[in-house]
Amino acid sequence: MQAKPHTLMRIIILLKLLNIRDRVQSLMKKQFMTPLIIFGLLVVLLVVGLMKAQYVRDVPSPLIGKPVPQFSLPTVEDQQQVFSSEELKGQVSLVNIWASWCVSCRAEHEILNHAAKIGVKIYGINYKDELSDARRWLQMRGNPYVKSAHDLKGRIGIDWGVYGVPETFVIDKKGMIRYKHTGPVYINDLNNKILPMIKELEAEQ
Amino acid sequence: MKNVMKKVLTPHLVSYAVVILFCLLSLQLQAGPRSAPREPIVFENPQVEDDYLELSEELRCLVCQNQNLIDSNAELADDLRREVARMLKQGKTKEQVKDFMVERYGDFVLYNPPVKPQTWLLWGGPFVLMFWGLFAMLKKIKAGKTENNDDSSALSEQEKEKLQAILKNK
Repeated sequence: MQAKPHTLMRIIILLKLLNIRDRVQSLMKKQFMTPLIIFGLLVVLLVVGLMKAQYVRDVPSPLIGKPVPQFSLPTVEDQQQVFSSEELKGQVSLVNIWASWCVSCRAEHEILNHAAKIGVKIYGINYKDELSDARRWLQMRGNPYVKSAHDLKGRIGIDWGVYGVPETFVIDKKGMIRYKHTGPVYINDLNNKILPMIKELEAEQ
Repeated sequence: MKNVMKKVLTPHLVSYAVVILFCLLSLQLQAGPRSAPREPIVFENPQVEDDYLELSEELRCLVCQNQNLIDSNAELADDLRREVARMLKQGKTKEQVKDFMVERYGDFVLYNPPVKPQTWLLWGGPFVLMFWGLFAMLKKIKAGKTENNDDSSALSEQEKEKLQAILKNK
């Protein structure tokens, strides 16, 4: 639609009345810029926080630097046998919390098999799983664990601060927890973080 | 018969069916331990029950992180509720139960973060901002007042003469 001349005039008069030019100029003054900049920074901060929250659900573990929680449970492989936290002393090892109902455990299982093959000692805590399911899982996918404790009720899981299986802990020679990885261990996590860490801890006295 | 099938199986319907099928499949994949429905938690002592309810509202479920233990249906939330109930029934205090949870899950498990150096900004920040705003506002008001008091807006001698001239002419 073509604006008629008098409509244009009206608009120009209106703009003059609103004093647009002066307003824009006064907006550029420092006193108005400061809140704007602060607001901008705040928006950036919140957006970064939101983006981060979408894929980082990691809760920092208070257990790091503390001795492993004590437990003594029958193993998955043989219910007559016992796996106790005492056995975690004297060597560098991984403790992996797993379950047959856990989908992401499937993703990391090959990585664990690979790690076991290259000599990493991995102990398992089988979390809230039926014994038969757990055994079938190990039969089907291979057993990378030295042994797995059978935590049927998940009570030991609470002591380890488990909130999402799989979780993997790095244990030093003194039986202290040194690192926690939440979620499936991928090959990058293993090569870039966990293996170097094990090497470092093995050098410790 | 063919015609009827054609009428029923419109592309729309087929695509809806596919979507619904996928939804069902993804429900199937929603992993969680298999377990029978559990016994409700029963209290004999109403005081303990009150403590339990209070704690379950203050403690966060770590699986669905924006829900407390009462709200959450996650299996872990149920386990933790039972643990809270068990400890309270044993005669542990609320503080002891909270400490137990913090030892395992960190401060994150508390909906009210504790006041410590790491959280000073969190707790103090809003007050700092508020006082800063108040201060800025007061300063502004004061500046406005002094502006009105000085005579910069009053007429100068020249202007007064001009005004008189205009009034005389009238």
